[in-house]
Amino acid sequence: MKPKVAFFDFACCEGCQLQVANFGEELLDILEVVDVVNFREVMSENGEDYDIAIIEGSITNQHAVERIKKIREKAKIVIAYGACACTGGINAMKNNFEMPEIMHYVYKDDAKYFDTIPTKAVDQVVKVDYYVHGCPVYPKEFVDVLKCVLQGVEYKVPEKSVCTECKLNENECMFDKGLTCMGPITKAGCNSWCINNGNICFGCRGFVENPAKNAAIEVLKDHGLNPELIIKKINMYNTVLDEKLKKKGEE
Amino acid sequence: MPKTVYVNVEYLTRVEGHGNIVVNVTDGNIEKCNLEIVEAPRLFEGMLRGRSIFEAQHITSRICGICSCGHTLASLQAAEDAIGFKQSAQTEKLRKLLLYQEILDSHILHIYLLAAPDLLGVKSFVPLINSHNDVVRRALRMKKECNNMCEIIAGRHVHPISTTVGGFTKLPKESELDRMRQIMERMQEDMEATVELLTTLTFPSFERDTEYVAIVNDENEYPFLEGDVGSTDGVRFDKHEYKNYINEFVVPHSTAKHTKLSRDSYMVGALARYNLNHEKLNSEAKKAALKLKLEPGTKNPYLNTVAQAVESVYCIEESIKIIDELKETGVKHDEKITVGLNENKNIPVKAGRGIGAVEVPRGILFHDYEIDAEGRIINANCMIPTNQNLNNIERDMRKLVPEILEKTEEEITLFLEMLVRAYDPCISCSTHFLNVKFVK
Repeated sequence: MKPKVAFFDFACCEGCQLQVANFGEELLDILEVVDVVNFREVMSENGEDYDIAIIEGSITNQHAVERIKKIREKAKIVIAYGACACTGGINAMKNNFEMPEIMHYVYKDDAKYFDTIPTKAVDQVVKVDYYVHGCPVYPKEFVDVLKCVLQGVEYKVPEKSVCTECKLNENECMFDKGLTCMGPITKAGCNSWCINNGNICFGCRGFVENPAKNAAIEVLKDHGLNPELIIKKINMYNTVLDEKLKKKGEE
Repeated sequence: MPKTVYVNVEYLTRVEGHGNIVVNVTDGNIEKCNLEIVEAPRLFEGMLRGRSIFEAQHITSRICGICSCGHTLASLQAAEDAIGFKQSAQTEKLRKLLLYQEILDSHILHIYLLAAPDLLGVKSFVPLINSHNDVVRRALRMKKECNNMCEIIAGRHVHPISTTVGGFTKLPKESELDRMRQIMERMQEDMEATVELLTTLTFPSFERDTEYVAIVNDENEYPFLEGDVGSTDGVRFDKHEYKNYINEFVVPHSTAKHTKLSRDSYMVGALARYNLNHEKLNSEAKKAALKLKLEPGTKNPYLNTVAQAVESVYCIEESIKIIDELKETGVKHDEKITVGLNENKNIPVKAGRGIGAVEVPRGILFHDYEIDAEGRIINANCMIPTNQNLNNIERDMRKLVPEILEKTEEEITLFLEMLVRAYDPCISCSTHFLNVKFVK
């Protein structure tokens, strides 16, 4: 019997789900090996019986905390799918503000009607079995992870930096162009997608396991770059990971 | 015959984002008829503060996966407007080409995967894999091809890589121009089949008189990227004045912010653009409109899906024109620019305020940034198409429900779901801005 797969979305842009629809006709091949029972963005079928839960988005309110716990209870396998689920993603930028202040800035006096908590990655609430990093996910990596899930083997997220892939792609180093790039401290696995297209790495896949963050900031300062903007750049995708690192340091 | 109806659709499917439809009718009286937005707040405007305008588009494209190119383009327009940067003719062409592809991609997704299942009496495209295999394959193929196009122009569709303030970090090669033209030629055939399919589908008949709002200009081109804001009630104003004309307001029975212009509500999106600018469509799109019997001045919101098909035809033809122009002149590769955070100060920056107003798949999108002398954002505001449509959707629902009260609760639910879907709402987009409505 084909394993039953359910997609669930939390706070996010739903762009990673869309990457699935973007497979084109290959999607039909994927549908031959799994049975998608729940995929709200494109399906009205609402299956509550599933083996594999693919979670998109971050946990940003109490309702979401309860919902993800229920999903974890039902699913045999939980996959954190995309930056928002894996690391809090761009949603975690809000954790750098005082919550009442930023809520008031956007919603004024109506802020009181919203249930909101600091952004959490999925694994800060429930156990996660597989990670597909990136904003958005890199489709090839998603297929690789899915293959591992179906065969019941572990998928290891690369622990080297984006630079290692970037060098193989023979891109000109952004630092040589006088620009800051998050490549040196960011997990590989995207085949240096952004640099291949001429832009810098924004660090969407999150820090490598042991990022030399302070050294990175020093190097950037040496290039005469505004430290405030650099720190902001680092915490665009790494606020939650930074919180985790600090906690680990304290322990 | 007095009738009691309760409709409570939690997490409406086949729309982007989370919304509920709640309708209560007791003894024939409508007590409640609301589209509730239950998306978690994401606070984009708040998070943009203190960020460089050179990374704003990277952040704001993440507001929405379906219209990430549209957000990018509105963001770039606002940033460049604030610092007084003028895009090159080539950049303008490539940005337009990117927007056409996103509109095409989004419309195809909506027509086939989100709207068509209702018209074919199924819950999603999945059962259609067996019953209408060629149709599903065509839909997925067309979507994939739009993605391939975006990949060439901007690195990928969700979320574009090479689009930055100042231009593009990569530019298409000659061979890529050829490939794009081939893709668009294949798309012409698939689009013809799409129009053909739509002629066989029957949309619900329902009408409500409302105001339609879209970008208008005096050029001879159906406008998406440049122009004033215009309405079918004869209003026209500069985009910088949007806050003076478009009123956001709180309705007494709820805390939801809605918008209005000249009257109670207005609609944005494909149908609004069609009603305002149909004369400027190219001949192929006009032919499609004729074939689909889409009259100018159409007041049936369900036909927004048909207007999307007409626009899709338009986008394919215009994309081919742009590709041919680029082939003719050759791509100027010396315009390639990698800005980063503008560390090298290649682009002069000054304090100011900039507005971006772009027609994205679901209607007119505003980005509004106030920046300091170093190009850091002090204040940000985004006004999202779906947000502008919510008031109009609810007013449609309130007119529609009494007209279909004799139907079963299931049918009423379906008609309401289809109505909301026709607007192709993008709820993730709208919620960092919208207020949740609490119904007691």
